[in-house]
Amino acid sequence: MSNEKVQHTFVVYVENKPGVLSRVVSLFRRRAFNIDSLTVGRTEKPEVSRMTIVVDADEDQARRIVANVYKLVNVLLVDDVTNQNPIVRDLALIKIGATHDARPHALELASVFRARVIDVAPDALTIEITGTEDKIDGLLEVLRPFGLLEVVRTGQVAMRRGAKAAVVTAVADVAHHSDGEIDSYSV
Amino acid sequence: MDESKPKLIGARILWECLEREGVRTVFGYPGGAILPAYDALKHSSIHHILVRHEQGATHMADGYARATGEVGVAIATSGPGATNMVTGIATAMMDSSPIVCITGQVGSKLLGSDAFQETDITGVTLPITKHNYLVTHASEIAPAVREAFYIAKSGRPGPVLIDITKDAQQTACEFDWDAAAPKLRGYRPDLSPAQSEYEKAIELIRAAKRPLILAGHGISISGAEKEVLAFAERTSIPMALTLLGLGSLPASHILNLGMMGMHGEAWVNTTIQEADLLLAFGMRFDDRVTGNLKTYAPNAKKIHVDIDPAEINKNVKVDVALVGDLRNILQELTPRVETTNRNEWLGTIRRMKGDAAVRDIQNLPDNGHLYAAHVINDLWHETRSGNAIIVTDVGQHQMWEAQYYKHEHPRSLVTSGGLGTMGFALPAGVGAKVARPDADVWVVAGDGGFQMTMAELATIVQEKLKVNIAIINNGYLGMVRQWQEFFYDRNYEATPLLSPDFAKLAEAYGIKSIVVSKRSEVVPAVRAAQAHDGPVLIDFQVEQEDTVYPMVAAGAGLHEMIRRPSPIVETATDE
Repeated sequence: MSNEKVQHTFVVYVENKPGVLSRVVSLFRRRAFNIDSLTVGRTEKPEVSRMTIVVDADEDQARRIVANVYKLVNVLLVDDVTNQNPIVRDLALIKIGATHDARPHALELASVFRARVIDVAPDALTIEITGTEDKIDGLLEVLRPFGLLEVVRTGQVAMRRGAKAAVVTAVADVAHHSDGEIDSYSV
Repeated sequence: MDESKPKLIGARILWECLEREGVRTVFGYPGGAILPAYDALKHSSIHHILVRHEQGATHMADGYARATGEVGVAIATSGPGATNMVTGIATAMMDSSPIVCITGQVGSKLLGSDAFQETDITGVTLPITKHNYLVTHASEIAPAVREAFYIAKSGRPGPVLIDITKDAQQTACEFDWDAAAPKLRGYRPDLSPAQSEYEKAIELIRAAKRPLILAGHGISISGAEKEVLAFAERTSIPMALTLLGLGSLPASHILNLGMMGMHGEAWVNTTIQEADLLLAFGMRFDDRVTGNLKTYAPNAKKIHVDIDPAEINKNVKVDVALVGDLRNILQELTPRVETTNRNEWLGTIRRMKGDAAVRDIQNLPDNGHLYAAHVINDLWHETRSGNAIIVTDVGQHQMWEAQYYKHEHPRSLVTSGGLGTMGFALPAGVGAKVARPDADVWVVAGDGGFQMTMAELATIVQEKLKVNIAIINNGYLGMVRQWQEFFYDRNYEATPLLSPDFAKLAEAYGIKSIVVSKRSEVVPAVRAAQAHDGPVLIDFQVEQEDTVYPMVAAGAGLHEMIRRPSPIVETATDE
C-alpha cells in the first residue's frame, strides 16, 4: 500500500437540504484533510446534489475520507473515482489586457487551446476555457505575458466514463476492498 | 388532506413524540425560546427534572444513557442555554453515548438577526453531534424527533440535537406519527463484514501463539458481553480492558487481566507488547491506551472489530477489519474458531502478574494516613455484593477507581473517557440513579471536578434522589499536579486547591455529611451512607501528594512505564 500522497477525486451524492455543504466542509476541516477543490451542483434528480471533492491524500487517508464522509447522515453515496480514469473538467474565465495590436496573438493562442473569446473590450479580452486542470494551467501560462486582469475557475467536476453511473465505494470492508463496487447507485 | 388526523401545536407534538419514543424523564432548564414546550408539558406524563445548569442536564442524560443503553434526553432554551450544553454533547460524542438534546430557538423570522438569546447552535454543535436538526415548522418536529432517536441509538451511538424555533412550537399542524417514520436514505448503521474477512481472521487466530483481546466500550454498547466471554473461553484468549470496557467482562474472570493503557496494570501493557495477535473488540486504539504508536505491540498482527469503518486504520494499522455489530460478528465467528489450550501463554502472563506493583498501596500499614486507594478498595468491599453503579469524575481518583474497584457487572461504571470531562460525575450520577432507581449509585469525584458542577446537589435534594457522594479530597488538582511532579519539575502552578467545608456545604443543601480522614473510618462511613434514607456526602480527606502508578508518559511506549519507587514495590502481593 502506498503512502504517497496523490490527488484523490471523490464524487459525493448528498441530499439537497440546507446545511449539507457545511457538514461536508466541516468534516474535512475537523479531520485535517485539505480540500484542493470542491464543487457542488444539482443533478438529474431535484432532491439530490452532487459534489466533486479533490483532496491530496495517500491511499489510507482516502479510505478514511470515504468512511468519514459516509458517516454524515445526509450523504447518499461516495465514489472515489481517482483510479477509474474519470472525465475531469474545470472551467475558467480569463480576462487579459489586450489592445488592438496584441489581440490577434491572443486570439491565436486561445484557438490553439480550443478556448472561446466571450467578451471583447477596447483594451481587454475575456476567454472561456473548459478542460483538465493542466490544460487550463497551460493556457494561463501563455496568457500571463498579456497581463492577467482577472481569473475565475469553477474547480473540478468529475464523472466515470461509459454507461456505468457512480458506484458505492466499499466501506464495510475498508481494510481490504479492491475495486470498491458493492452496488450501483440508485435513488 | 386526511381530516381524521388531529391538529396539535408543535410543542404538544414534541412531548407526544418523546412519549412514544419511550421517554419517561427529561433533564432540563426553561427559558424564553423553549417556553411553549414547557407550557405544553402539563399535557404530558413525562417527568421533567429541573437542573441547575444546562451542562448538568446533558451529563444527566448521558449518565441515564450509559446506565441503561436507552436514549437520554436533555432540554434547554436558546442562546446560553444551548451553549451550556456543548461540553455535555462533546462528552457524549467522544464516548458514543446516545442522547437527544432539544433546544428552543428564536422565531424563524428572527433567525440570523442576532435576536436576544440567538445562537447558531446547529452550527456550533455540528462537529460534536452525530447529527443535528434546525426545525422551523411544526410539521418537521415529529420526523426530526423520530430520526433523532433512531440515529442516536443505532450503529455507533452518539448525541443528536434538535433546535426548534419558537414559532414551530407554537403553530398547529396535523400530527401523523406513522408518516413521520425515519426516511434516511444515506444512513447505514448496519454494515457487516465480507465472508473473506472472517476467513482471514480465523486463520490469524489459528496461527497465533500469544493472542490477546482488547475489550472496549463497544462490548456493552453492542450487548456482546456473553459473546465476548464465549469467544474468550472457547479460544483461551486473555482479555485486557479499556477504561470504558471495565464492567463489560467480570473482573474476577480468570481470563480478564484488567485495564490497559496509560495507568493500566503493568503486566497488561507488557502482555500487549509481547502479544503476536491483538483482537480489538469495540475499541478505537485511543492514544491513552496505545502510548507511542511506533513501538506499540511491535510483534502483533491485528484484527479490528468495530461498527465504525472510519475507525479502521485510523491510529493503528490492522491486518483484518471486521466492520459491523460486535455481537453479530462474534455469533458468526466463535463457532468457526478452534478451541485451543494456551497454558504456556497464560502461564507467561501469570508470571508477569506476579511482578505487579499496582496494588501495593493496599499493603501500606495503616499509619494514620488515608490513601485514595484505601477508600476505593473499601468502597468496593462494601458495595460489591449489591447492585452498585460507580460514577466517577476525571483525574487521579478516576484512575484509582479503575485500578482498585473490581467491576463485575456491565454498566456498573459510568465515567467520561474520551473527553475527560471534569464535572461529569455528580450530574451523570443523577442520570444513572433516575435510570436505575434500584441501583446503589455512588458518585466518586475529586475536590476539583466536584466543584465544577456541585450546584446539582440541589437537583438531588429537590428530586429526593438517594445518591451517595464520595469526594476524594486531596487539596490539589491531583492529576495535573502529578504531571507537574513528573514533567514540570514539581512546579505546582495553579494546582493547590482551596475548597469549601464540604460537610457544611452538604448540610446547607440538607444533605447528610460525614468527614473521614483515617482508614478505620472508611467502612463505617460507607455503611452509614448506605443505611441513611437520603443522599449522603462523604468528604474523604486523603494524602495530598499521592501519585497514580504505573504511568506511561504521554508519547512514551507502553513498555516504558513509570513505576512506584521500589520500597513499596517489594511489599506488593496480589489481591
